[in-house]
Amino acid sequence: MSKWKHKHLMDLQDTTRDDIELILETARSFKEVSSREIKKVPALRGKTVAMLFAEPSTRTRVSFELAAKRLSADTLAIQAAASSLVKGETLLDTALNIEAMNVDLVVVRHGASGAPQILANGTSMSIVNAGDGCRAHPTQALLDIFTIKEKFGSLEGVKVTIVGDILHSRVARSNIAGMIKMGAHVVVCGPSTLLPVGIEEMGVEATTDINKALKGADVVMALRMQKERQQDAFLPSIAEYVREFCITPERLKMANARALVMHPGPTNRGIEIAAEVADGPQSVILEQVTNGIAIRMAVLYLLLGRKT
Amino acid sequence: MALLIKNARIVNAAGEDKETKDILIDGGKIVQIAPQIDREGATVVDAKGKKVLPGFIDLHVHLREPGREDKETIESGSRSAVKGGFTSIFCMPNTTPAIDTAQTVQYILDQARKVGLVNVYPVGAITKNRAGVEITEMMDLKRAGCLGVSDDGRGLMNSGLMRRALEYAKMAGLLVMQHCEDDNLSAKGMMNEGALSTLLGLKGDPFIAETVIIARDIEIARYLGTRVHFMHISSARSVDLIRRARAEGVKVTCEATPHHFTLTEEVVKSFDTSTKVNPPLRTRADVDAIKAGLKDGTIDCIATDHAPHTHEDKEVEYDGAPPGLIGLETAFALALKELVAGGVLTLPQLVDKMSASPARVMGLENKGDIAVGKDADLAIVDLGCEWKVTKEDTVSKSKNSPFMGWALKGRVTTTVCGGKLVYTDARAS
Amino acid sequence: MSTIMDQEQVRRAVTRIAHEILERNKGVEDVCLVGIRTRGAVLADRLRKAIHEIEGVELPTGILDINLYRDDLTIISKQPVIRETLIDFDITDKIVVLVDDVLYTGRTIRAAFDALVDLGRPGCIQLAVLVDRGHRELPIRADFVGKNIPTAKEQVVKVCLSESDNSIDSVTVGQGGAR
Repeated sequence: MSKWKHKHLMDLQDTTRDDIELILETARSFKEVSSREIKKVPALRGKTVAMLFAEPSTRTRVSFELAAKRLSADTLAIQAAASSLVKGETLLDTALNIEAMNVDLVVVRHGASGAPQILANGTSMSIVNAGDGCRAHPTQALLDIFTIKEKFGSLEGVKVTIVGDILHSRVARSNIAGMIKMGAHVVVCGPSTLLPVGIEEMGVEATTDINKALKGADVVMALRMQKERQQDAFLPSIAEYVREFCITPERLKMANARALVMHPGPTNRGIEIAAEVADGPQSVILEQVTNGIAIRMAVLYLLLGRKT
Repeated sequence: MALLIKNARIVNAAGEDKETKDILIDGGKIVQIAPQIDREGATVVDAKGKKVLPGFIDLHVHLREPGREDKETIESGSRSAVKGGFTSIFCMPNTTPAIDTAQTVQYILDQARKVGLVNVYPVGAITKNRAGVEITEMMDLKRAGCLGVSDDGRGLMNSGLMRRALEYAKMAGLLVMQHCEDDNLSAKGMMNEGALSTLLGLKGDPFIAETVIIARDIEIARYLGTRVHFMHISSARSVDLIRRARAEGVKVTCEATPHHFTLTEEVVKSFDTSTKVNPPLRTRADVDAIKAGLKDGTIDCIATDHAPHTHEDKEVEYDGAPPGLIGLETAFALALKELVAGGVLTLPQLVDKMSASPARVMGLENKGDIAVGKDADLAIVDLGCEWKVTKEDTVSKSKNSPFMGWALKGRVTTTVCGGKLVYTDARAS
Repeated sequence: MSTIMDQEQVRRAVTRIAHEILERNKGVEDVCLVGIRTRGAVLADRLRKAIHEIEGVELPTGILDINLYRDDLTIISKQPVIRETLIDFDITDKIVVLVDDVLYTGRTIRAAFDALVDLGRPGCIQLAVLVDRGHRELPIRADFVGKNIPTAKEQVVKVCLSESDNSIDSVTVGQGGAR
C-alpha cells in the first residue's frame, strides 16, 4: 500500500486512488476502535487539533471532535465570523493566532470556496477541509465511499445516482471526484436550474429525468434542498420539487432491489427524501454517521502521524 | 526650458523611422524633428539604442481619489502611470463621492495639476452617484473638463435610461463609456461560468452578462445614430457582435485589457484574489478572440482597468475580495509579450492601440503622434530590457497584480509629459 | 547474512513453546493467544495448531495491531499502516499469551500491554517470542523463547515465515544499520 504524502486534505480532486484506498483501509481499523469498551487509543497524544468553523455545522464538528478525542488529541473549537469583512479580523489572522498557540492541525469549515487554501498558504499547520463553499467536502465523500465499499466490496462499476441541488453542493462535487476515481458510474439528477454548467466535464452523466437516473442505480443519494432556492428563482416552489424529485418508496423501486439509500444529513424529510425511505431497510444514513468518525480518525492520524 | 531627445528612433502608429533623429521640445510642444539638432541650454536625453513612442493613453484607470486614498491617490497613480509610459489617463468616477459634479471634476484636475506628472482626464458619471436612476448634469461636466461619462463598476441596466444618456451625452459632446454587465445575469459571479467554476465551486459569471448589454447598446446606438464605447470587453461573442456592428456602420468603439489578452480562467485555480476581476478572466478561446479583434481592428484600444486594492481588502476569501488588479506598470511589457512577440501586432500597431487610437476615440487631436506641433508626450522604451515584476519595483500604492514574479521584457526608461521629464527609470541612470 | 534457524528449527521451536505453555499453565483452561501483527500473528496461529495437535483443544486466538500505541509514532520515518485488531473474545481474567517474532528493545511489548489493557483486564499476560536478541531498553523479559541470539546493536535480525513473507521459514542475522 502506498504511503501518505500530503500535508493537507483539501479536496479529492488532488488525491489519487491509492491515497483514497489508504484512508479507507486505515479507517477500517479505526472503526474497530470505536466499537470497543474503551474507545480511545493514544496515537495522537500531545497533538492539538483546532476546529475553525465559520459556518454552523454541529454534525461535522462533533464527528471531527470525537475522532480527534478517540485518538487522544486535544481539541478546541473556535467560532469564526462568517465573513472577514464583518468582523475586521481576517480568516488568516484568526489562523495565525491559532498557530501561535502551537496547534498542529486545523479543521476548517467556511462558506467561501477556497478559504482553506488561504490557511494552507499562510500558515505551517496541517489543514483539513471540512467543507468550503460549494467546492469540496472531502471527508463526507470519503465516508460515503467507505460506506458503499463496506456494502459492495468495491465501487468498480457501481451506479451512484445523486439527486437534488447539485449546483450548490460541495458534497456532490467531492463525491463525484472521489467515486469516479474509485471506478463508479456517477449520475447527477435535479432540476435543470440546479445542474451546474459543465458538470459533465467532471465525468458524470447529468439528467433531469429522475426515472432514467434511478433506473438500475446501486446507490441513491439525496441532497439537502434548501428553502432559499425558491426565493432565488431556481425553483418555482418546494412543492413542485417534491413532486418531481423527492425520493419516495415508489421511485426507489426503480433502483436495484438492494440499492443503498444515502444522505449527507441533515435530512429534510418529505422534501428531498420520504421518511419511509430515510428510515427504510435500504437506508444506510446512520451508518454513514458512524463511518464518518472512522474516516475522520484515519485522516487525522495520517496527516498528524506523518514525519515532518 | 527646452528638452532635446538625441538619437531618437521614432515609432509612430504610421510606422517606424528607418534612421534616428533628434527631437526638440519647447513650450510643451514638439518644435523640430531633424537628423541633427543642437540647442544651447537644452536638457539632453540620449535615446540611443531605444525607441521613442508617443506617450501611452489609458482610457480606463481607477485613481481611487477622492475616497479611498489608502488604495491609490492621484499622486501615486500618476507615478505608476508614468513608470508605465502613460502620459494621459482617464480616471473612472467610482470614487467617494462619485465624479458626478463639476466640483469633483475640478478637484481632481486641481490635484492632478499639483502633482504635475501626467494628464488626468476625469470621466464623469452617467447617473447621479452612479445609482442608475437620474442622469448627471453632463453639460456642466463637459464644461468642467470631462470628455466621457461612465458608471464603471456597474452597467447601466435600464435600457430607457441608456437611450436618454446616449442622446443627452451626444448633445454635451461626451462619449458614453459602458461597463457591459447585466447584473441579473452576472448574479454576483466570482469567475467565468463554465466547467472550471463548477469544479471550483465558485459562482459563475457567464459571458452573456456582457454580451446582452453590448447587443442592446448596439441596437440603441444604431437607432439613435450616436457613438458608444464598450469598456474592457472580455469574450469572443462580444468581439463578434462589435465586429458585425462596425461592418454595418454603427459607431461603436471598444477597449480590451492586458489581463484579458494574457490570462485565462485557469489562474483562478490558485484562489489568488489578484485573479479576481470584473469582467472575469475567461477561456483560451476568448483570449484568442480578443487578440484577433485587436489584430483586425475590431478592438480599438488597449486600456488597463488599473484597479488598486489594499492588501487587507484582497487578503480575504475569494468570495469576499473586491474585483480588480493593477495594470499601469505592466501593460506595455505584457502587450509586447502577448501581441508583438506573439505575432498579433507590429510595434507601430501596438503604438496605435496604446496611443494614437485612444487619442482618436477621445478626440485628443494633439496627442498620440510624434510630429512637429503635437504635444510633447513621449515614452522612451528599451525593448531588450529584462525585468521581473516585484512588489518592491511597483510604485502603485497597491500591489494586487496576478503578474507578480513574472519575468518580462521591455521597459519604459524615460517618460516625457507636456515637454517635461516626468520619469526616468532608476535602473537606467 | 548467516542463518541462525532454518525451517526445521523454527518448527521445533514452535512445538517446544506449545509444550511449555501447556506445562506452565497446567493445561489450556483460560489460556488464549494474541499475536502481534504481522509475524507474531502468524506464530500465534501456528501455536494454536500445535496446541490443538497436542491437546485436541482450539485456543481462542486473536491479532493485535499495536501501531496506535507506539511511543515513536511521529518520529519513525515510515508511518505504519494501521490494520485492524481482531480479538473476538473477552480477555478479561484470561491468561493471555502474547506472541511476537523478535524481542529486542521491549518497546513493542510495552505498546502491546497498553493495547491489551484497553481491550480488557487479563488475569495475567505471558510473553512468547521466537527470538530474543537482547538489548532491552525496558524491564521486560519473555516467558517462552524459541532461541536466544546474542547480537550487536547494529546487526539486523530477519525473520521469514511462509505465511507472511512468501518464502520458507528462516531466521538470519546480517550487518546493517540499526533496526
